[in-house]
Amino acid sequence: MRIVVLVKPVPDTTGQERLGPDLRVDRAASPTVVNANDEYALEAALKLREAAGEGSVTLLSMAPDTAPDTLRKALAMGADAGYLVSDPALAGSDALSTARVLAAALGRIDHDLVLAGADTSDGGSGTVAAGIAALTGLPYLSYAAKIEPDGASVRVRRISPTGYDLLEAPLPALVVATQALGEPRYPSLRGIMAARSKSIVTWSLADLGIDGSTVGGTVATTRVLRAEAPPARAATRVIREPAPVAAAQLVEFLVERRLI
Amino acid sequence: MTSFRLSDEQRELRDAVRELARERIAPRAAEIDRSAEFPWDLKELLATQDILGLPYPAEYGGLGGDLLTCCLAIEALSAACATTGLILAVHELASLPIVMAGTDEQKARWLPDLAAGRTLIAFALTEAGAGSDAGSIATRAVRDGDGYVLTGTKRFISHGSVADLVTVFAVTDPAGKRNRNLSCFVVERGTAGFSVGRLEHKMGIRGSPTAELMFDDVRIPATNLIGAEGEGFALAMRTFERSRPGIAAQAVGIAQGAIDIAAKYATERIQFGRPIGEFQMVQGLLADMDAATEAARSLLYTACAAIEAGDGDAGRWAAVCKLVAGDAAMRVTTDAVQVLGGYGYLDEFPVERMMRDAKITQLYEGTQQIQRLVVARSLLAAHR
Repeated sequence: MRIVVLVKPVPDTTGQERLGPDLRVDRAASPTVVNANDEYALEAALKLREAAGEGSVTLLSMAPDTAPDTLRKALAMGADAGYLVSDPALAGSDALSTARVLAAALGRIDHDLVLAGADTSDGGSGTVAAGIAALTGLPYLSYAAKIEPDGASVRVRRISPTGYDLLEAPLPALVVATQALGEPRYPSLRGIMAARSKSIVTWSLADLGIDGSTVGGTVATTRVLRAEAPPARAATRVIREPAPVAAAQLVEFLVERRLI
Repeated sequence: MTSFRLSDEQRELRDAVRELARERIAPRAAEIDRSAEFPWDLKELLATQDILGLPYPAEYGGLGGDLLTCCLAIEALSAACATTGLILAVHELASLPIVMAGTDEQKARWLPDLAAGRTLIAFALTEAGAGSDAGSIATRAVRDGDGYVLTGTKRFISHGSVADLVTVFAVTDPAGKRNRNLSCFVVERGTAGFSVGRLEHKMGIRGSPTAELMFDDVRIPATNLIGAEGEGFALAMRTFERSRPGIAAQAVGIAQGAIDIAAKYATERIQFGRPIGEFQMVQGLLADMDAATEAARSLLYTACAAIEAGDGDAGRWAAVCKLVAGDAAMRVTTDAVQVLGGYGYLDEFPVERMMRDAKITQLYEGTQQIQRLVVARSLLAAHR
């Protein structure tokens, strides 16, 4: 089974994120990490490969040319190789441009299954994966809590407000991963050393046959109008008592406010 | 003089161990100290992440990491939990005689399991009456047919009660010259006559079991002799040339852990209407802590580079870095408690544990006094 995992380098959310004058995230202001939700997708892919005892896990990313340093960590977790689409013309791309570029790139990578994270911690639209599915015609199976490929098809438990929906689609298909699939592993030291010699192929728009004027900031269909800091939260009360005492205090707190 | 420069790979490995230490090990440290129980879960974690495989040659399933890389890992682990840092340090220490002097058969027999972390190993040199004076060891190994019979008692043996293998130093030639009459053996757990005696109650590194090991007519095959008969003392000293930097790394790690806690506290603790970090007396403490740790770290890395490059004075490099780092760790952790004031004295904050843990780095693998002896002898010999 050939699995492609979509990964995005994003600013480290444990640092101070700052917005630039264009109200977009200033990517130079904080270190870059693999988007956390993408790590869940990668973990799921690695587990599927391990369970099958064969196959490949390939990363696909669209990002600035500094991305290989970040993608290296995903390779260290166990992915086999990576493809990076990087081109100055892609600056300011919206979700549609991104989906178009990644869909074109996917056409050049053999795949049975494409996995994506639920959304990214910077852009956060959560629409790129669906866009790719729409553009490529791949079946789109979202919010997977369980992924069971079976030769020619894949079965997915989709999280719903009432439980699970059981979805099944023929392969190749695109599945959106969730954290319910399990914690991503830490890269082992052997994995880190091996990652240094794994290949990351960089493609420009020309390599993909895409006209630079059809993608990127100038043709973006969305615009950032305004940025506001979230309202300050009221002071948090933390109860640090043994469970029975904590439970009593919690109940008292909720009763006082007529919440229970 | 050989200098060091961290490679990209060393930086990546260090950062990975740091992340693991911060997220998975630091949260366990207080409980490990309180319960004084060996953290089997963290030993498993170190094995799974290949950290225990760092010091072993690649042909035996290790990562072939050089001395500096191993020290970077011990340092990163020890910043979170000195007991966990010691798991790697002891593993390396006790394996070194096999790695340095073992035959191909011996290496093939023991190293793959050690590199994978499937087995643990302890280093048994010290005895109740033979600490700094390692030449006065009383444990005997008598040749008997195609094997040896070991008799004696070892004390203060880190991992002694959890190890599957023990490298044991014993006298093979009682009439022989001092320091030329010792030999090194590997004894496997379960060998008849080999048992674990008392476990020590210690001030620090409380999760690391320190055991008394008893050898009562323990018969082992001659194929368990490491190196030649009579080479044991020299082998132990060569082992310390590569293991003392590991203790220096543990010391630097403990010091860094204490600095990080103290500096954060100084930005948060308000007295007289200001964070205490704004007061110059606190700044002075923090600056001296930082400078001492950075100096010890630089010396350690330089020593690692010199030893790895085959410097003829490896013993001095190993002693000098452990001496400086151990003393720095003791002072820095003591001052960290001072920065935290009364809170630093409570077990609610990790600095009092770090202060207790730091003390051992001035004692084991040669007391600071022994390190000074080594350094002074080397210095005087060079000027004779």
